Amino acid sequence: MSFGEFAVLQDISLSVGAGEIVGVLGPNGAGKTTYMNILTGALRPTTGTVHLLGEDVTKLDTAQRCHRGLAQTHQIPKPFSGMTVFENVLVAVNHGRSAPAHDPISVAWTVLEDTGLAHVANRPAETLGLLDRKRLELSRALGTNPKVLLLDEIGGGLTDAEGDALVDLIRSIHASGVTIVWVEHIMRLLLEGCSRLVCMAEGEVLADGDPHTVVNSQQVQVAYFGASA
Amino acid sequence: MTSLIINAFLLAGYYAVLATGLAFMYSVMNIINLAHGALIVLAGYGLYVLGNDLNLPFPVAIAIMMAAMFLLGVVLHRAVLARAYGGGELLPLLATFGISIVLDNLMFQTFGADNLSLAPLVGDLSWASFELPGSIFVGKISVYILVTAIVVIGLIELLLRRTALGHRIQATSQDRATAALLGIDTGRTAAIATGIALATGVVAAAALGLRSAWGPYGGSAILLFAFEAVVIGGTGSLWRVLAGAIVLAFAQSLGALVHPQGFLIGGHLAFLVAVFVRLRGGRISLARLFGKEARA
Repeated sequence: MSFGEFAVLQDISLSVGAGEIVGVLGPNGAGKTTYMNILTGALRPTTGTVHLLGEDVTKLDTAQRCHRGLAQTHQIPKPFSGMTVFENVLVAVNHGRSAPAHDPISVAWTVLEDTGLAHVANRPAETLGLLDRKRLELSRALGTNPKVLLLDEIGGGLTDAEGDALVDLIRSIHASGVTIVWVEHIMRLLLEGCSRLVCMAEGEVLADGDPHTVVNSQQVQVAYFGASA
Repeated sequence: MTSLIINAFLLAGYYAVLATGLAFMYSVMNIINLAHGALIVLAGYGLYVLGNDLNLPFPVAIAIMMAAMFLLGVVLHRAVLARAYGGGELLPLLATFGISIVLDNLMFQTFGADNLSLAPLVGDLSWASFELPGSIFVGKISVYILVTAIVVIGLIELLLRRTALGHRIQATSQDRATAALLGIDTGRTAAIATGIALATGVVAAAALGLRSAWGPYGGSAILLFAFEAVVIGGTGSLWRVLAGAIVLAFAQSLGALVHPQGFLIGGHLAFLVAVFVRLRGGRISLARLFGKEARA
């Protein structure tokens, strides 16, 4: 992937199996967000392909990928203002599914109960605090009934306790059968939440494997922690 | 005095009808449609042809024209506005300005310079009036237009707030990237929104044609009043457009009291005050001029 002359991503090949929960770690500028935007279809790759559940989706737009089971949460939560929490999720349930839900209202309720937002369902979305906004991002993503969920730095700005609550929620989403790719630079959350860790730096994959092995590898120590080589 | 107040309210209903499509298009698509007035005039000619030349009943003509203008809106979006989207604020302005010039001259070519009116299509309704206590007469048409304005605004607000389509339009207008992530076809949604905006123009055209007469170049005058009502009221909710229309109508009526020629000046002064209030202390931008804020 290049922006003009500048190649942001060099030669990344990452394959995630169904049911995995994979953390993607990398310092700023490593290309994590660009990579994620290529996966969702927000950016078209200059070369290469994107496959989702065995299908080549490189030429499909973001909404079409959503209907095929791909969802993403934003780094900075962007709830639709002027709508309630419930209505935000209802938008996802109504439009994000390949087959329309029989009863969108109860589906949206179930999602909000799962994510712990049922008690604020009728509040205007813009009045939520940060952790609840992140829960709403997750709720909207879940409303589309995803098979693969991309999390873009969802842990940023949270306290340790809030981070733990979020990890619990993400693990329960994973346990319900959703494949998760979690881009983050808060290493603690990835170590707690993920069964596989990929480390990126300068547009390349540095290491890939068991989280603790990856974190302790020499390349990651150099790229991420600035240890001398 | 009572009659002046009543008439100002009735005039406000007319301005609100004119301004609704413009405000809707701006608040949900961020497009200031400078062809708004010309499109209303076009819908007026459509109503005239259907009602006068083809002798269709007036409500049927309105229904047909609303469907036709909706389709034209979809085409307009696909052919022009979607391409202008993302090119900054100026591009859609210039594109719609160009469309208005083309439309004005096409209509002049096709229908000539004569002023037309829809009043003959509704029999005596155009001059019939209600008598209020104290020998105050108000035109029935004006009352119906005010009621229609309230109904149209109410229906659009209901659509936006309570329906799946409305939520989809709001999501698309606030954040296209996120809307797409939630499976919304944003291009299609924006096309539908444009269609709705143009369809409301048919109501405006009916109001225009029943109240008075119009010519091929009448669009710019309509655009001016609509624009003033929108800037005075703001675009957070369409009810604010009604409020803006009321202020505009009262300012014009007061202007006319002060001086026989003061009608337009009064409205323009209210508009200027609104511009200064909106833009005071800070960056000059179209969003601030239109009082754009999240729907609440």
